[in-house]
Amino acid sequence: MKKLLAACAFTLSVLPCTTSLQAQDRDSLQSRDENDMMAILNKESDNIPAAIYTAATFKSTRIANGHSIEQMGAGVLDMRINHRFGLLNQAFKNFFGLDNAVSHLGFDYGITDRLMIGAGRSTYLKDYDGFLKVKILRQTEDGRMPVSLSYMGALSIQAQDAYAPAGKSYMFKDKMAYIHQALIARKFSASFSLQLMPVYIHYNLVAFNNEPNDIFALGLGGRLKLSKRISVTGEYYPLIGKRLTGTRNAASVGVDIETGGHVFQLLFTNATGINERTVIGQTTGRIDRGDIHFGFNISRVFTIVRPKDTRDLHNKIW
Amino acid sequence: MKKLIIIALLLLAFSISASAQRWMTRTGKVRFSSSTAIENIEAVNNEVAGALNSAAGEVVFIVPIKSFKFDKALMQEHFNESYLESDKYSKASYQGKIADMSKVNFSKDGTYSVLSKGQMTIHGITKNVNIPATIVIKGGTVTVHSEFNIKPADYGIKIPSIVASKIAADIAVTVDSILKEMDQ
Repeated sequence: MKKLLAACAFTLSVLPCTTSLQAQDRDSLQSRDENDMMAILNKESDNIPAAIYTAATFKSTRIANGHSIEQMGAGVLDMRINHRFGLLNQAFKNFFGLDNAVSHLGFDYGITDRLMIGAGRSTYLKDYDGFLKVKILRQTEDGRMPVSLSYMGALSIQAQDAYAPAGKSYMFKDKMAYIHQALIARKFSASFSLQLMPVYIHYNLVAFNNEPNDIFALGLGGRLKLSKRISVTGEYYPLIGKRLTGTRNAASVGVDIETGGHVFQLLFTNATGINERTVIGQTTGRIDRGDIHFGFNISRVFTIVRPKDTRDLHNKIW
Repeated sequence: MKKLIIIALLLLAFSISASAQRWMTRTGKVRFSSSTAIENIEAVNNEVAGALNSAAGEVVFIVPIKSFKFDKALMQEHFNESYLESDKYSKASYQGKIADMSKVNFSKDGTYSVLSKGQMTIHGITKNVNIPATIVIKGGTVTVHSEFNIKPADYGIKIPSIVASKIAADIAVTVDSILKEMDQ
């Protein structure tokens, strides 16, 4: 009994020490605890998809003439009006090219965040085109995936009747060309991105026997951001192997200006056409002779389907 | 002897006070709204990380800027690239103390109004703020609800004069996050 009482007394006397010890620990650990919480939460935030994947490698889905790695968001429609004026070296008679112009009107739509389709019509050789672009790999911020990779496949139909030798008929399939492109892009910094685009074009019908039906090119494009809303772009498509008669490598230099809902792309290029079939494989402009076109692309986006989480938001803008 | 040990153990058990209770969420919700005559801009973020230490009276929220969702993708892109510059400042955070935390009984359902004082960091700039909040204990979870205003100008968020009339000087922010008990 005595031993029991002694034990109780001992434990009871130890009690206040343990509680006061814990209180002391709590005070000195308080700021450490808060920093622990910050550290744990920071780690959580670093693991969400929005923080992991690189965004906005380019300002628009086109660099200048050709496709960039960017996709339309799901449910977003992009109306594109592209215009190329005539050759600058046509001097005063043709108002430095303003008299002759080529236009392209197209609509691009994002089906999902990784798949987009588009269709358009160009006035150059009455070209109808359609494409789909799929995002395969996405660049990550932590370096695990150093590049973004997409596939672009397009079909072009030139409705302009080509010259058919006597006795031969010009079939519908002769007007078609198929384009397959891989887009490999990397955002090096907030202001600089570079893209490599190997491309393969198949023309169902070419003008001469000695011309290849299959064209290969390795395109290089990039953009440099000068300010929050203005960037400089460049594109060059050197042809590899046999090329169509009299064609040259397509090149362009441009400026992107971004406003509220529009992106204006102003550019100088030696390519007369606007879609890949004519720009990459059929450009005849000689830069050394001043065969340069001034042109612009206007892109205006409309949200058709609102993203799921945002159904109860009430954004109202002009 | 056995009795002695049992009693000693019982007494020791009572002496171990309840360890600090921590509550956390990875899917907290923060919403903001800018209202002007010309334009309404609203966005919601469902990936906010938040934690509450009831014993120490501390609250921490980390808001990843890229997780704010707008119903227009282009608006979201501009928000990130031109206004909040989320490539440089990827998170906003609040670290604060709730002085009257002791009046909240975490083991029973109830609603309490508290005042939090702490530091708000947005766009790389930290300011001391006082934020009122409502803590609701229900069914074993802690809901933190708070409504307050933020001035973009206070945090170095540049708004070009061309669109100045479209963005409110005071942005209304609403926090509505349900926190669950954190495993130690």
